[in-house]
Amino acid sequence: MTVENRAIARSNMTLEMRAWNIRRKALLMGEVQGQGYIGQALGVADVLATSYFHALDYRSEDPEWEGRDRFLLSIGHYAIALYAALMEAGILPEAELETYGMDDSRMPMSGMASYTPGMEITGGSLGQGLGIAVGMAMGLKRKKNPAFVYNLMSDGELGEGSTWEAVMSATQWKLDNLICIVDFNNQQADGPSRDALAVGPEAPKWQAFGWHAQEVDGNDLDALVAAFDTARNLPEAKPRVIICNTKMCKGVDFLEAREMSHFVRVDADEWAMALDKLEEGKPQ
Amino acid sequence: MTLASMARKYEPRQVAQTKVATSAMIASLAAEGYDTVSAPFGEALVNLAKKDERIVGLSADLSKYTDLHVFANAMPERFYQMGMAEQVLFSAAAGLAREGFIPFATTYAVFASRRAYDFIAMAIAEENLPVKVVCALPGLTTGYGPSHQATEDLAIFRGLPNMVIIDPCDADDVAGMVPAMVAHDGPVYARLLRGKVPSVLTRHKPDYRFELGRAQMIRDGRDVLVISSGIMTMRALDAAAQLAADNVDVAVLHVPTIKPLDVATIAAEAGRGGRLVVTAENHTVNGGLGEAVAKELLLAGIAPKFRMIGLPDAFLEAGALPTLHEMYGLSVAKVAAQIKGWL
Repeated sequence: MTVENRAIARSNMTLEMRAWNIRRKALLMGEVQGQGYIGQALGVADVLATSYFHALDYRSEDPEWEGRDRFLLSIGHYAIALYAALMEAGILPEAELETYGMDDSRMPMSGMASYTPGMEITGGSLGQGLGIAVGMAMGLKRKKNPAFVYNLMSDGELGEGSTWEAVMSATQWKLDNLICIVDFNNQQADGPSRDALAVGPEAPKWQAFGWHAQEVDGNDLDALVAAFDTARNLPEAKPRVIICNTKMCKGVDFLEAREMSHFVRVDADEWAMALDKLEEGKPQ
Repeated sequence: MTLASMARKYEPRQVAQTKVATSAMIASLAAEGYDTVSAPFGEALVNLAKKDERIVGLSADLSKYTDLHVFANAMPERFYQMGMAEQVLFSAAAGLAREGFIPFATTYAVFASRRAYDFIAMAIAEENLPVKVVCALPGLTTGYGPSHQATEDLAIFRGLPNMVIIDPCDADDVAGMVPAMVAHDGPVYARLLRGKVPSVLTRHKPDYRFELGRAQMIRDGRDVLVISSGIMTMRALDAAAQLAADNVDVAVLHVPTIKPLDVATIAAEAGRGGRLVVTAENHTVNGGLGEAVAKELLLAGIAPKFRMIGLPDAFLEAGALPTLHEMYGLSVAKVAAQIKGWL
């Protein structure tokens, strides 16, 4: 493990600043297209900052480096958020930000492996990422490669039966190199996730399936760092999940206060206002 | 309108005087006069895997019924028993392929094509990953009824970009397709014949060897050209022998690769003129070999008298396999009779 990589990445900028930068880049991309899953991107920015600037091992100049930790975006809809993180991590050039969602862009609206460096899988057909992660974790063990596989999924994907096939399989094969991150913002297409299916109680369910489960405030960077450290260093031969309770639109108060919906509507003039609001909260 | 449960009527049915015992889940294919080979898929895979460490095997609780148990017994450390969970079977196979492996994932054709389709489409085919989907009970090869009869699997997978589709006839094809599947750097769907599989093609054409993407003439004939895949090539060859006694000369063009189709050979043979062209497939007449051939001939401006042998657009009955093949026109006698009726 090249712990130095992470230490260097951390040393010159705080995680708080990284998360702020990810939010800002996501808003700039949203402004380009006038749309995007911006509510989710703002909500998950702290999770991505912790992933890319505390937990993951990677080489910015070589996204396919064999020793990298794999980060799978099961929820392809969140592409705008991951592009922001990949730019912040130096994997995607920041100059491409203005191409988001355009024809011929490497950054389509939904995440696809063949388009974007650093995008490990084609997500978007929800409930597939964790199963693919199981196979990659099996493959890494077979190659005796010590890298981790991270799978970022949404709470809505807990409703897919395939998720639970993968959950059982990961336990069966003792995949201690697999870390699943659930972005629990309790918001899916038709309304609150908890009103759609009895997904709870979340952590006990995963535990009953044989996983090490943690539930944290997904907008608390210190809590996230501690949870990722626990997940990485756990000696038990079992897969790990971090359920991150996040707040949609975090960091832009007038959007946070808006009646929540899956696809947050932001009017043309509001993108600049949102960026101004974010600026007010810029870390010192 | 009031709500009531759907009324079902169970009419008494006449049971045939000469009863044929209901078939086992996997009935042996009636093919008289041919030698059989035991588990040609499993044996071929083991031989190949000895030389290629990228090969791994996965099954969803059906290794014994897909001959993958031969591989699992020979190389247990390279076999993943995934349990009765087809969605993770194929997504995990995709993950293993991402890490550089060549996974052979087996189940029944109904479960791959119906239950796990989205996972094969998005996790495997969309990224052109070299996962080999190998499925037993293709078309009408079991008497268990629609839950196990994959009568539309070819139609489903023909619509999937990047997917190569193989419908083998016999043990020679099954053994030959395995190395070809590994050599092809992309996803493959192969229909599987398992257990004791008859060896047919080399009996009729001693130098026959399976080649991916290539249709091959097994026997020539002046009056009729049968274009067939899978076990229907076996049926067509036997029917041709019967028809020869009636002075009907039948050619059989075997098309084991459904996609990509060997359009050049098919068009050349069908374009020779004067022959009745008959497609024969162990699959619904919707969306399989017959329609694929019809499309190519029409595009090429070739218009022979054209007929199709295949399964009807229906959920099929349960029963003994020979009875069902007779009922739905796939038996040697019915193939011969249909061809004769069209002349």
